Amino acid sequence: MIADLLLAAAIAAVATGSVLARRAFTAVALFIAYGLLLSLAWVRLAAPDVAMTEAAIGAGLSGVLLLGAVRRLGPHADAPANLPPGLLLTALIGIGCAGVAAALGAAILWLPEPAPTLAPQVAAALPTTGLGNAVTGVLMSFRGLDTLLEAAVVVLAVIAVWSLAPDGGWGSAPGARQPVVGRGPLSLLARMLPPIGIVVAAHILWVGADAPGGKFQAAAILAAMWLLPWLAGLATPPRIAAPWLRMAVVAGPVLFIVVGLAGAAVEGAFLAYPPGWAKPLIKSIEVVLTASIAVALALLVMGPPEPDAPR
Amino acid sequence: MSATIFGLLGAALVGIGLFGMLVRVSGVLRLLSFNVLGGGIFLVFGVVARRGAGAGLAGDPVPQALVLTGIVVAFAATTLAVALLLRLGRDGE
Repeated sequence: MIADLLLAAAIAAVATGSVLARRAFTAVALFIAYGLLLSLAWVRLAAPDVAMTEAAIGAGLSGVLLLGAVRRLGPHADAPANLPPGLLLTALIGIGCAGVAAALGAAILWLPEPAPTLAPQVAAALPTTGLGNAVTGVLMSFRGLDTLLEAAVVVLAVIAVWSLAPDGGWGSAPGARQPVVGRGPLSLLARMLPPIGIVVAAHILWVGADAPGGKFQAAAILAAMWLLPWLAGLATPPRIAAPWLRMAVVAGPVLFIVVGLAGAAVEGAFLAYPPGWAKPLIKSIEVVLTASIAVALALLVMGPPEPDAPR
Repeated sequence: MSATIFGLLGAALVGIGLFGMLVRVSGVLRLLSFNVLGGGIFLVFGVVARRGAGAGLAGDPVPQALVLTGIVVAFAATTLAVALLLRLGRDGE
């Protein structure tokens, strides 16, 4: 209870600090702290799967992405696009936002009792999937269509980011070219961590069937294990024109759709799994989807392709 | 009780993020504020999930799974916004 209050106060403090920070770099640093503290709040809310995702993606990958953006934008990151609002307008906006927060808070306090829940239905239907982790069951079976659409959104995001390539950039390697870091912690970690991280990711993917974990967390770790050597200048990303890279990005969603259509043919419903086949099919989709999402997440962090400059 | 605390925190984060989006003028900070706001909304959803605990589960897994996909989608949107900001910065030079 007191720990929860302290945690909530700390989260509100870093969020305020991040939003009001004078420099973009400070704001991003506080935002990473915000993501990590938020993942602790998710643990307190008995949602370890969400906590892992928030820590890996909300704090980790977002942090790398935003720090990279601040560095590449340089002075542009702090330069205002237009004039900041005046004192009176700021005060009015503050009152309005406080009103929104108060209304939402009142809605929280007046939530219906007993709370509406689908937990009993999920618990009753979970044995048919052969899975032990209810969240994985919802993601891959009961609400499989949502997960499929989300995997498609990630592919779309890759296409959208690539399409922002500057003139002459289309087809070349994604992201700014990273200078080679020969010494220091980044260079050491980029060499030491990937083998360990890949094993951890495989473990998290596999236990996700019965324990907290799953494809998104595993994919985020795998993406980080590719981004580390990239940041250290040790691994040059492939050109986006490479057919195998494009295949890797779409393989997971395509397999998901194929299995879904097979379910429509055999069981009469899109994404229905034949009895007894649910777990092997779900795990097969998850393995391929993990690889696809990992590649897509890493490409999203690297950013649009840059024109080939003479080295 | 802890669910209510984090629910109110979620409401506060929505207010903080919205304020930042409206008041800050730098693109990076608007994007950060947008993510703070999103985190608050996810947290409110997580509180709804926690209150729905039952049948041996510590929380309603359906909203939890939706938040999980939401975090990934929010990240994808953030990467697109960063790519747009970088492009704006390049064209502004």
